[in-house]
Amino acid sequence: MKRILSIILVFVFALSCCFALAACGKSTEEGSGTEVTSDLKIGLILVGDDTEGYTKAHMDGIKDAAKELGIADDQLIWKYKIEETDAVTEAGKQLINDGCTYIFSNSYGHQDYMLGLAKENPDIHFVSMTGDTADKNGLDNFSNAFTRVYESRYVSGVVAGLKLQELIDAGKVADKNKDGDNIRIGYVGAYPYAEVVSGYTAFYLGIKSIVPNIVMDVQYTSSWFDFDKEKAAAELLMNRGCIIIGQHADSAGAPTAVQEAFKKGEVVYSVGYNVSMLDAAPDAALTSASNNWKVYYKFAFEKALKGENIPTNWAEGYNQDAVAITELGTSVAEGTQEKVDETIAKIKSGELKVFDTSTFTVGGAEVTEAFATDTDGDWVNDKDNVVYDGYYHESDVRSAPAFNLRIDGITELN
Amino acid sequence: MTVRKSDREPFIHLTKRAPISTLAGLLIRAGAFVVAVLFCAIIVWIMIGVDPLTFLKTMFTGSLGIQRLGNASDFNSFWRIFTSSYFWTTVKTGCKLLLLAVALAPAFKMKFWNIGAEGQFLAGAISAAYIMFNYPNLQPYILLPLMLGVSLISGAIWGIIPALFKAKWGTNETLFTLMMNYIVMKVVDFFFNKWRGPKSALGIINGDSEAGWIRSIWKGGEAAWYKNEDLIFIITVIIIAVLMYYYLRLTKHGYEIAVVGDSQNTAKYAGISVKKVIIRSMALSGALCGLCGFLCVTSQSHTVNSNLASGYGFTAIIVAWLSKFNTFTMIGVSMLIVALENGSALMSNTYNDLGYSIAFGKIIVGVMLLFVIGCEFFINYKVVFRSRKAQKEAVEA
Repeated sequence: MKRILSIILVFVFALSCCFALAACGKSTEEGSGTEVTSDLKIGLILVGDDTEGYTKAHMDGIKDAAKELGIADDQLIWKYKIEETDAVTEAGKQLINDGCTYIFSNSYGHQDYMLGLAKENPDIHFVSMTGDTADKNGLDNFSNAFTRVYESRYVSGVVAGLKLQELIDAGKVADKNKDGDNIRIGYVGAYPYAEVVSGYTAFYLGIKSIVPNIVMDVQYTSSWFDFDKEKAAAELLMNRGCIIIGQHADSAGAPTAVQEAFKKGEVVYSVGYNVSMLDAAPDAALTSASNNWKVYYKFAFEKALKGENIPTNWAEGYNQDAVAITELGTSVAEGTQEKVDETIAKIKSGELKVFDTSTFTVGGAEVTEAFATDTDGDWVNDKDNVVYDGYYHESDVRSAPAFNLRIDGITELN
Repeated sequence: MTVRKSDREPFIHLTKRAPISTLAGLLIRAGAFVVAVLFCAIIVWIMIGVDPLTFLKTMFTGSLGIQRLGNASDFNSFWRIFTSSYFWTTVKTGCKLLLLAVALAPAFKMKFWNIGAEGQFLAGAISAAYIMFNYPNLQPYILLPLMLGVSLISGAIWGIIPALFKAKWGTNETLFTLMMNYIVMKVVDFFFNKWRGPKSALGIINGDSEAGWIRSIWKGGEAAWYKNEDLIFIITVIIIAVLMYYYLRLTKHGYEIAVVGDSQNTAKYAGISVKKVIIRSMALSGALCGLCGFLCVTSQSHTVNSNLASGYGFTAIIVAWLSKFNTFTMIGVSMLIVALENGSALMSNTYNDLGYSIAFGKIIVGVMLLFVIGCEFFINYKVVFRSRKAQKEAVEA
């Protein structure tokens, strides 16, 4: 009995070995080129998957761009849920192994590992989206890209401002929503650095262009994606009397909290990020600032198809439709769409500058000088003055946001 | 004579087996593994319509891979495995798991349930990173040994604390070592948040100077095949696994550990100081976990965060158990688990119906463990069916 069992097991084992070897042999054959259009393979290292708004926006952009350029599905090789550790290095090596010559990563924390790969693989092109060190490193095969999302944040601020004006006219702004004469706005931010600072300042200035007497509180969560923390931060801000809650974090935590408060009869509205928050907050969501990553991926994939280098820095906004706001919620004020179109048109024509230095002050004075580059690694910018011609030139020196000024009227709570 | 119902043999009954040969045992386990993989293949086939051959191919590529670059005809398909990144990822990650399992071996053999490998690993990692972050200007010949020493000591301390409490007051080491993990995780979080500044990620430490990296030893020199951080990591781990095997088998210390594990009273009677053995073995166990932390920081990640061990401190417990604390067996088991993880990672990256995430990998490993552990039952027991013949004989008698 025992012997028979052993023999059967040996047989099964041997069979499975043959199976595995056959499989291996087969994959070898396939490796030798069945592509229709070109041999190009593009590797994609993503921090999340389609359950998370930020990465989903990237995935949609990549797929749309590939489709328009006729890049086949099997030319895109995906690595999902890659943490901001040497997992990036491993994923990158595997992508190179699979024949990728252009590799994109979508999270800021991937950058150092992408740079390490770029140094060791000079023939492969690496793009660290949202990163900020490409120009400093001066490698031909390492680039950064970011949209001018501050433009769409400004526009989302305009939407919120119009709603706020409507609430003021209807007498719905309570005393608890006020700090002296100013109305309180709240903002759930991820981390206290330029990317977030630039965003909330643009949002604040957007509201301020409609309702001048506002102040804004910012609560940080120290995470890009943490539903519970973002929800808690929004609740804290609402308790402080904030009447509009904006966000720069990737979950639907804040809109969910706002919707709950709204249902209880509070007067409070939410402005989201990345994706429409109407699912999470059907009544309270006004709109979301979003990126249209397709514009960049199409630009980069075109370069890749030609085998060219990808420019070290890329930053575009409304002028190429690389940013947008999502569909307007049911609660927006009347005439919002017209005002939004008008604002976008002005941004496109260059008539309106988001960081117009006449619209804000720092320490009570107008800003005349601000730097965009940090040369000594102390997180304080000390090179490349970007304030001239009456506005702060955001994303002109580098694609990543550099606006790091704490303007009057905005308070960081933590 | 009639047979009463109660005298009849039950339809199925179990009997304890005589110990079976190593080869047969191995074959049965291998068989269980093959059945588990085929089982998963069929489940995947039913659920998302990926046929078993593609499943096996993808699992195989994800764990061992095929080098697709360069002139393919230079290698035959077998040797091309060894130049594939997938293969090296598996070996490297497998070595991380292996070192942690090896570190657990002396503690487990002594029946001291050290659930704290994750924490002891992180204690070593954060100490190394602390020195690396704060003293990047030291010469590599001073910096690296300093980091190594501090890592070994802090790993050992993290192991000794619960051992001391166990030896002195008989506290429960399972809970104690488990809780020690969370303390050090928060310590790591603290430094991670302090060092990253206002940015969202710490990134690589000393990315420009490479101070405190293994490769700083040969920085600027000529390239050579042995000047490879991954290779140094892998070789170190294998050497330690082999040494640990002989330490446990052949040395007086190893013998004492085995006696304490079997019966503390016997150990006392034989004049072995149980306390001393517990503390010494836990110091060794913790120090090796700390060493693994040091190696991961200096040769792999070049940074630190509370998820640096990626849960392998806990997976190592299963590895140690499945290998029956034999460190040679651990080599195979840890490679196999990591290979399955990587294979299923490629599966879920390729077939999005599996939901992208690492969950699929956990299912695969879980099914595999279920089958392999389940087959232990059949190795130890025999299932006997009531045979007609035996029954007839009983009736006739």
